[in-house]
Amino acid sequence: MDFSLSEEQSMLADSIARFIDNDYDFEKRQEIAESEKGYSPELWQTYAELGWTAVPFAEDDGGLGGGPIELMLMMEQFGRGLIVEPFLATIVLAGGVLRRTASAEQKEQWLSGIIEGNIQAALAFSEPQGRFEIADIATSAKADGDKYVLNGQKNLVLNGGNDDLLIIPARTSGSQSDENGISLFAVAADSTGIERKCYATVDAHHAADITLKDVHVDAAAVLGEVGQGFATLQAVIDEATFAVCAEAVGIMQSMHDKTVEYSKNRVQFGVPIGTFQALQHRMVDTLMACEQTNSLLLWTAMVKTAGDPDARKAISALKYQIGTAGRNVAQEAVQIHGAMGVTWEMDIAHYFKRFTAIELLFGNADFHLNRYIELS
Amino acid sequence: MDIIFSEEELAFQQDVRTFLKEKYTDDIRKKQDSGIPLSRDDMIRWQKILYEQGWAAVNWPVENGGTGWTPIQQYIFDNEIGAANAPEFLPFGVKMIGPIIYMFGNDEQKQRFLPDILSSDVWWCQGYSEPGSGSDLASLKTKAEKQADHYLVNGTKTWTTIAQHADWIFCLVRTSSDVARRQEGISFLLIDMHTPGVSVKPIITIDGVQEINEVHFENVKVPLENLVGEEGKGWTYGKVLLQHERTNMATVPRSKYRLNRLKEQAGQSVHGGVPCLDDPDFARKLAAAEIELKALEYTELRTLAAVAIGKAPGPESSILKIKGTMVQQMLDELLLDAAGYYALPYVPEQYDLEFPNSERIGHGAETKSSLKYFNNRKASIYGGSNEIQKNVVAKHVLGL
Repeated sequence: MDFSLSEEQSMLADSIARFIDNDYDFEKRQEIAESEKGYSPELWQTYAELGWTAVPFAEDDGGLGGGPIELMLMMEQFGRGLIVEPFLATIVLAGGVLRRTASAEQKEQWLSGIIEGNIQAALAFSEPQGRFEIADIATSAKADGDKYVLNGQKNLVLNGGNDDLLIIPARTSGSQSDENGISLFAVAADSTGIERKCYATVDAHHAADITLKDVHVDAAAVLGEVGQGFATLQAVIDEATFAVCAEAVGIMQSMHDKTVEYSKNRVQFGVPIGTFQALQHRMVDTLMACEQTNSLLLWTAMVKTAGDPDARKAISALKYQIGTAGRNVAQEAVQIHGAMGVTWEMDIAHYFKRFTAIELLFGNADFHLNRYIELS
Repeated sequence: MDIIFSEEELAFQQDVRTFLKEKYTDDIRKKQDSGIPLSRDDMIRWQKILYEQGWAAVNWPVENGGTGWTPIQQYIFDNEIGAANAPEFLPFGVKMIGPIIYMFGNDEQKQRFLPDILSSDVWWCQGYSEPGSGSDLASLKTKAEKQADHYLVNGTKTWTTIAQHADWIFCLVRTSSDVARRQEGISFLLIDMHTPGVSVKPIITIDGVQEINEVHFENVKVPLENLVGEEGKGWTYGKVLLQHERTNMATVPRSKYRLNRLKEQAGQSVHGGVPCLDDPDFARKLAAAEIELKALEYTELRTLAAVAIGKAPGPESSILKIKGTMVQQMLDELLLDAAGYYALPYVPEQYDLEFPNSERIGHGAETKSSLKYFNNRKASIYGGSNEIQKNVVAKHVLGL
């Protein structure tokens, strides 16, 4: 048993930390978030040049062969820097499906471009009626000769407005909540029959609601086995859940640190507000929440790395912790900043919004506590 | 980072298991599993068994007679002891005064006291709190006046756990009032409980048990050589001790054992009734406690790993104390809830192995859940109340 990082892992975390400190301060982040695309295509190229877009992929596919520890380290830093580039959508979600299922041709077509930073992608993991259940898929894919015809609706497709690739889970058989009968389709974003409503989300990321009307795709667009997409979908969503939890830990730690700092400088009644015991104890509570959450994150990363069957349970424990202890850290940070905490100009407010989005993504605390109990 | 135990660690784990299988005596096991308090003799017998194995002082360096184990070995050992529900070593000797003596004592004191601590031939207790000095420990008044060849000690210590069995007491005493800071006039003194003028008065706790005491000192003559370190530096030594003590208070293995017992108990039907675990609210509270405990386990492991690379347990140990006692108390409440009506009978005499089964009221272990719940409200109060711990963390970790 060992908690230390390898030299490569430390270097990866350090390089992202340096990038955020030098090139991605809050002002710059806001400027990027308010730009037309909502992220910086130039910086995305930088991410690719630095190898960050290659980290989770196998070396044979042109990746760096990183595992859960590497993903955790990256996401923590991305959380700290509040980055808006679509790493989660393109690399973790869509990339996660591709690296698990894509044939050599499909990898050639999509994966190489993703690693090089030339292709943007999205995974449509939610439908309007499904709430947090990823197996709840009404979108149908009917075989028609050597093609499939897709019909249905997807909501909150992260990075769903991209110009390149949409991965669409659709039902080739079975009834609406069956785990069997789900197939995954790699669909070009400009395919006929795709209607998209693109919008910004509260955390300055971007998503789309997508309607598929008789979208014709080749049989060659199926990723993995027909009807067997659920296991992949579940593994990818679990990994994405783990990834956003790591991002949330980065956010919590930043919010806590900034709040302690603020309380040392903000003077009321002639003294810094950090001298008030009522606030001190609450900041100790948030410190403990950060430590406990970080411990669960490390545990999860370690069991995931070991391929332990308890990894799914660990992810649910972690997501529950984020949605409870983490929510408290985020709310207290806003509270202790006083009215400044609810202004657009303060970074705390934007950390809070991203944190809240993460709380809901891939199932909230209640959902994951129930899943934890089911898996026990 | 790696969660897997190495082959050496697995072999060590097996050694501990074999030891427990062979040496953990049946009569003590029975008492432990029925929640019956151990006698002084039981505790000493068990500690001597560990001592003979060379496992008395898992936290001490080898040169002082410790095991020199890595933090992971300590973790494995504690977990196996916890899983077997074997008694823990009493903390006052090996966990508390031992490290103070080998860190701050002189060679004579080391030779005189450490062997008896290791072999459990001397029973120690802790004299910190006083009737007027609880959380505000530095206000303590027990006076030690320096005479020609001894200190003359007068005053009262209180909340002294199992002082009724103790041979020696380590005390914080005031050797000077003429100081800029109250903390500077405090010294660390070792006192033989059999010295004339020392008397022990029991305090009965909320669960009807004599666990703590008042210790009175009336013109007690303590030899000068019983002073640890320098006069006036007692506060510094005491603080180090408290940090060791607090690290110790996470009690993760014990909580794991209790959680497993709770799951077992709550999953069973009592007299054909619906098992507690079928209640979704109960199941969710239980799951939340399990998650908090898992987090604590890794927080403690991270602290151990930091200690392993040479960092002393710092104020962060307060976090382990606060969270550890919170988890304990969460489990106390869940065990109480699970017991329901069976928590209400108060029949202390049945907590004895000799008590006839036919006369027992309710389910033995469950009727104890209320007494444990009452008693363990102490956990967030002792060792510096959790509010005091938060003051410590706010000042020394957050810099507020």
